[in-house]
Amino acid sequence: MSKTDKDNMPISRQKFMAELRRYQKGSVSRRHFLAVTGLGFATAVMAGAAPGLRSRTAWAAGDIGDRVILATWPNYHDPANFERFTEMTGAHVQVNVFGSNEEMLAKLQAGGSGWDVFVPTNYTITTYVGEKLIEPLDLGKIPNYEAGAFEPRFSEAGTVNGTVYAVPKDWGTTGYVVNTKHTGGKKLTTWKEFWDITKTEFSGRTMVHDYQLTTIGNALKYFGYSFNSVDPKELADAEKLLLEVKPHLYAISSDYQPPMRNGDAWMAMAWTGDGKQLHTDLPEIEYVLGKEGGEIWSDYYAVPTGAPHREAGYALINFLLDPAVNAKEVLAHGYPVADARTNKLLPKELLEDPILYPAKDLLNALEFGAAATLTDPNRAELLARFKSA
Amino acid sequence: MSGKWVNRLLLAPAAAWFLVMLALPLFVILVFSLGERGPAGGYVPALTLAQYANLPARFTAFKNTLLLAPAGTVVALLVAYPLAYYLAVRSNPRLRTMLLVLVIVPFWTSILIRTYAWIFILGGRGIPALLALVGFADVRLINTPFAVLVGIVYGYLPLMVFPIYVSLEKLDKGLLEVSSDLGAPPLRTFWQVTLPLSIPGVATGCMLVFILLMGEFLIPALLGGGKVFFIGNALVDLFLQSRNWAYGSAVAATLVLIMLLTVSLYMRLMLRRAHRDDVSLL
Repeated sequence: MSKTDKDNMPISRQKFMAELRRYQKGSVSRRHFLAVTGLGFATAVMAGAAPGLRSRTAWAAGDIGDRVILATWPNYHDPANFERFTEMTGAHVQVNVFGSNEEMLAKLQAGGSGWDVFVPTNYTITTYVGEKLIEPLDLGKIPNYEAGAFEPRFSEAGTVNGTVYAVPKDWGTTGYVVNTKHTGGKKLTTWKEFWDITKTEFSGRTMVHDYQLTTIGNALKYFGYSFNSVDPKELADAEKLLLEVKPHLYAISSDYQPPMRNGDAWMAMAWTGDGKQLHTDLPEIEYVLGKEGGEIWSDYYAVPTGAPHREAGYALINFLLDPAVNAKEVLAHGYPVADARTNKLLPKELLEDPILYPAKDLLNALEFGAAATLTDPNRAELLARFKSA
Repeated sequence: MSGKWVNRLLLAPAAAWFLVMLALPLFVILVFSLGERGPAGGYVPALTLAQYANLPARFTAFKNTLLLAPAGTVVALLVAYPLAYYLAVRSNPRLRTMLLVLVIVPFWTSILIRTYAWIFILGGRGIPALLALVGFADVRLINTPFAVLVGIVYGYLPLMVFPIYVSLEKLDKGLLEVSSDLGAPPLRTFWQVTLPLSIPGVATGCMLVFILLMGEFLIPALLGGGKVFFIGNALVDLFLQSRNWAYGSAVAATLVLIMLLTVSLYMRLMLRRAHRDDVSLL
């Protein structure tokens, strides 16, 4: 980086506010609000704004513009990586945080999202391809993507009819976190226990996701049905359970870390990384995978059709797939990656962590979500009935 | 002749605004509400009333909105009136501007952040923890209709205070002296002079708050824990989650209709009242 006087100047208040405003112009949805007010947002703003204010340096691979817009999930990146990307390329990373795949799909369907890169989950990709909302990836621009290094079951959903539309970011499971201070020494191991204890000892202390795929899927597991079921009779059973449980819930929300941390909630449906983050800070909070099964998933990077800063988008994906960068990402978000090159750089205790890498028998019982599960109108209506009941 | 053209020219921006921002979107909503949901979501043209027939599926959302919006309006009025009265009539005129600014100050912070703060105030380590210290253990405040009501009143209070303040500020203090000279005790003066004269402010404040509350979704989502479901929340879900634009449009159109009916009924009542008061004052 060139050392000019400007480099050493502190950020002026006006400039900082201008950057802040730009961030504020992001998407405005309910759960986005939640995520955005969290710590993740604050760090993202700081990380994104501060280096963006320094003078720009040209990047070796050519000029990619001064910004790239990324749509992703809460607590899902290492802000320091974005900072480095900006230093290297001059493009600062604007982050839009989302709460559900449905929301991302809705935003892309409505058009004009303005995103350059986003993070879809395995079961959405065929829908995006079918609706022509994402473009086939130009792999020549992503030299850090080495197909052979990735475990196929976490990378195959990115390829539709032989064309690569998305490259793998990380994977994880959907289980639940429980504060063992309140279980009286009992170890919970199943989804049946999750729902039963909610109706009794944990009444008023349990949270379920505001997301049809997982909340309905895990209610289906109570009866031993498939996580992906769209069978009307099985869905009716799940609905009955959900309506029975609703008066006993603390909240229906995917923003479960704050109430789990302050003790208001004792149990919540949770994804791997949240389980890991909570357990690290509060060891009494444990992450449980239901014996009956549940969800395993894999997230990807994809480029929306008509991305305004396409080159910068590709540069960002390539940067984040650099094994050294990706390893830092893992340490920040706590989700496992399927990239053998990255895993070589990670500490051994992380690779043996039972939250990230559950035991084989637990893992084998899990199912990948299906495209039909996400787009099924009956499941969407069921969740709406549950919420408005 | 030229005057007429000037009028037209002056009205053109507002007319264009209403056409593009109000009439056109309403028309789109009506058209969409007669259509169907596409296989992956969105809208598919059709001509059916099926979406309207399905409205009972959101009965609870309508019920919650139609109960909590008026309740919130009334509570906000009860809190705002004494405050506005104090500001307009009782406060030291030299301090008045500063006090008014203090009422506005919260508006400088986003409603989202202010509402988020209430999550912690009403959460287990907030007010319930204080109540436990004085013997009321296990009080649950957050994620209840009560929490939503608190959030609503807090968020919309300034909108209620200002119109009432304006109408009280304009009030001719001489009338109060007349009332007192004629032997009316203070309470009677308030009921027969002050209150009737401030009705326009009350009416405006109530209308502002009520209309906004009917479309509220943020406060129930944050302080109701997703369990206190308003029409606004139903709409957000229909457009952002299930992507059922047709059904969402039908719900939105119904909400607009309900608002039109309640607001016009309300206006009529207020106008009638205003006329009656004019007569009695004469």
